[in-house]
Amino acid sequence: MLIVDMEKCIGCGICEKVCPFGAIIVPTDTKKAKVLENCTLCGTCVNACPYGALTIERKTVSKEQLSQYTGVFIWGEWEKRENIPHIKNVVLELLGKGRELADRVNEELTVVLAGYNVEQLVSTLFHHGADKVILAEHELLEAYTTDGYATVISSIIAAKKPSIVLYGATPNGRDLAPRVAARLGLGLTADCTGLDIDKENQLVQTRPAFGGNIMASILSPYTRPQMSTVRPNVFKKPKEDKTKEGKTEIFEVKLKRSSIRTKILEEIHVLDEVVNIEEADKLVSVGRGIESKENIKIAQELAEAMGATLSGSRALVDIGWLPHARQVGQSGKTVSPNLYLAFGISGAVQHLVGMKSSDVIVAVNNDPEAPIFKVANLSVIGDILKIIPELTKLVREYNTKKESEEI
Amino acid sequence: MKIIVLVKQVPEADKVAVNPETGTLIREGVASILNPFCEYALDEAVRLKEEYPEKEIEVIAISMGPPQAKSALMRCLELGADRAYLLSDRKFAGSDVWATSNALSLGVKKLVPDFDLILTGKQAIDGDTAQVPPETAEHLGIPQITYGVNTKIEDKKIVVKRETEEGYQIVSTRLPALVTMSKGSNIRRMPSMKQILEARKKTLEIVSAEDIGADDTKVGLNASPTQVAKVFAPPEKGGGEIIDGREEPKLAAKKIFDFLIANNFI
Repeated sequence: MLIVDMEKCIGCGICEKVCPFGAIIVPTDTKKAKVLENCTLCGTCVNACPYGALTIERKTVSKEQLSQYTGVFIWGEWEKRENIPHIKNVVLELLGKGRELADRVNEELTVVLAGYNVEQLVSTLFHHGADKVILAEHELLEAYTTDGYATVISSIIAAKKPSIVLYGATPNGRDLAPRVAARLGLGLTADCTGLDIDKENQLVQTRPAFGGNIMASILSPYTRPQMSTVRPNVFKKPKEDKTKEGKTEIFEVKLKRSSIRTKILEEIHVLDEVVNIEEADKLVSVGRGIESKENIKIAQELAEAMGATLSGSRALVDIGWLPHARQVGQSGKTVSPNLYLAFGISGAVQHLVGMKSSDVIVAVNNDPEAPIFKVANLSVIGDILKIIPELTKLVREYNTKKESEEI
Repeated sequence: MKIIVLVKQVPEADKVAVNPETGTLIREGVASILNPFCEYALDEAVRLKEEYPEKEIEVIAISMGPPQAKSALMRCLELGADRAYLLSDRKFAGSDVWATSNALSLGVKKLVPDFDLILTGKQAIDGDTAQVPPETAEHLGIPQITYGVNTKIEDKKIVVKRETEEGYQIVSTRLPALVTMSKGSNIRRMPSMKQILEARKKTLEIVSAEDIGADDTKVGLNASPTQVAKVFAPPEKGGGEIIDGREEPKLAAKKIFDFLIANNFI
């Protein structure tokens, strides 16, 4: 509950002004803040109070109370591409896993879709397995802001009491989820690679720790909802079924400009770096073994011949031979293409965690002890500067042959 | 003006052990360093201090950890922090994100109540959660800007260049605020002998749970909503075919080509 410290409160009325729900007032007779019943514990007033007079006290729930929380929620993050909103791939991936979890506990799967003019995304969510979409639209949600989204998502969670909430571990997901967790006093497990339900219907969240050297299974035994973030490309996207339908529930958003404390002054889209290695189905990836910036060209030629995308290890990004957008690994992107061709990458754990869920891995390295060979389906010990051009030649010959056959 | 830099000491080596009773990590005996992203944050604070001499910026480094985490704070002092505090107490042991960020926010409120800006790394290289900074900002009730690459102070505001998936954003907010840094120089600075000697004269205080007014229900394992249920070694993949192509690169290329054809990749 929201508690007012009567000694600290001076009756300035700032809380009344910022409350999106009109749930806190300062009556003229007492000149002290008073909390009304429709308070959703969104925390906006606590942040706004300059005197620290407001606190939210949350009791941990007993095991019996846990059963009041039902349903699996997913934060429906979207992005604008060419000015049209698109649901993020990671949301669809979470719908696949979320469906599985919801079925295990026999509960509903819901997407919380906050934004502005995003209603057209609802059907895609149903087609990928959602039972319900909570649509929360407001013009102040047109662009992502921490304050705007944290307030809305926290309010929806507090009102709807789900048992599980999942977020994509995108930059904005990682900005939003911890804010909501701290506000609602909840546990949050980052970058889960496995989600499961145990015998007591608890969410078992598995994540790598220490660069993937250790896996940890994490529970939130005393608090609900249980919240996790999941990196893109960890779970498989479910098949689309265009016949599927669901319920849409409109959530009325009350948001004030004054409660959004950050201001986006400018958006800079770096066009020549628009390369999405996360969505590529074939990657030709190079590491330190490539030896010079000029040699990257030979890998690029192979990638082009194969219809693959070029990526690389941190070493090459750090020295500026490749842009950050092409970096695979812990401090870059997690990828899971159908084919990962690793040339001259030794396979430090930080790299392996970013690519080891690829379907098929082929590695070429001159060091027989390279750790990358431990995860490869085909390992070749040898000189990449000699092997890559030969391979490109074979692929090109094959392509030419196939083309002439087709004519 | 006061800038707080929240830092973490992280194990340098890959090898860590697990306490079988509590399931928490044993960090003793593993070489430790200042988390590189935290070092970016500290560098940024020192840069701001040098850029705005009229603001008389004081840089205060705060960390939470075991007593040996003092060495990470000592590095902060050598690199230009003016004073440092280590929140260290058995009572903090086993803290998860919520409990850690709560303790840090209590420490900030107690030690530097009149701070203007908090800078942190975007994440620590051991846990990689990136969750402690936003949760700390929420506990303190201040706005946050994550994934910063550059900051500017304008009047009572901070303007941050922020990394996004599409490129960058320029975002501003009123101070006090918390900003996490995702970029910096990849070259580790080497403090001069003078800086090392000067650092020894600066304040580096160890602060207990009681000192910051944290009662047992608000910190440590008991205040952590998440609990580690099990820790295990990751499953190993691979065991695929190995070809030695050192003598005949042409043949090796042919073998890869055949493999790709057989698996429908070409």
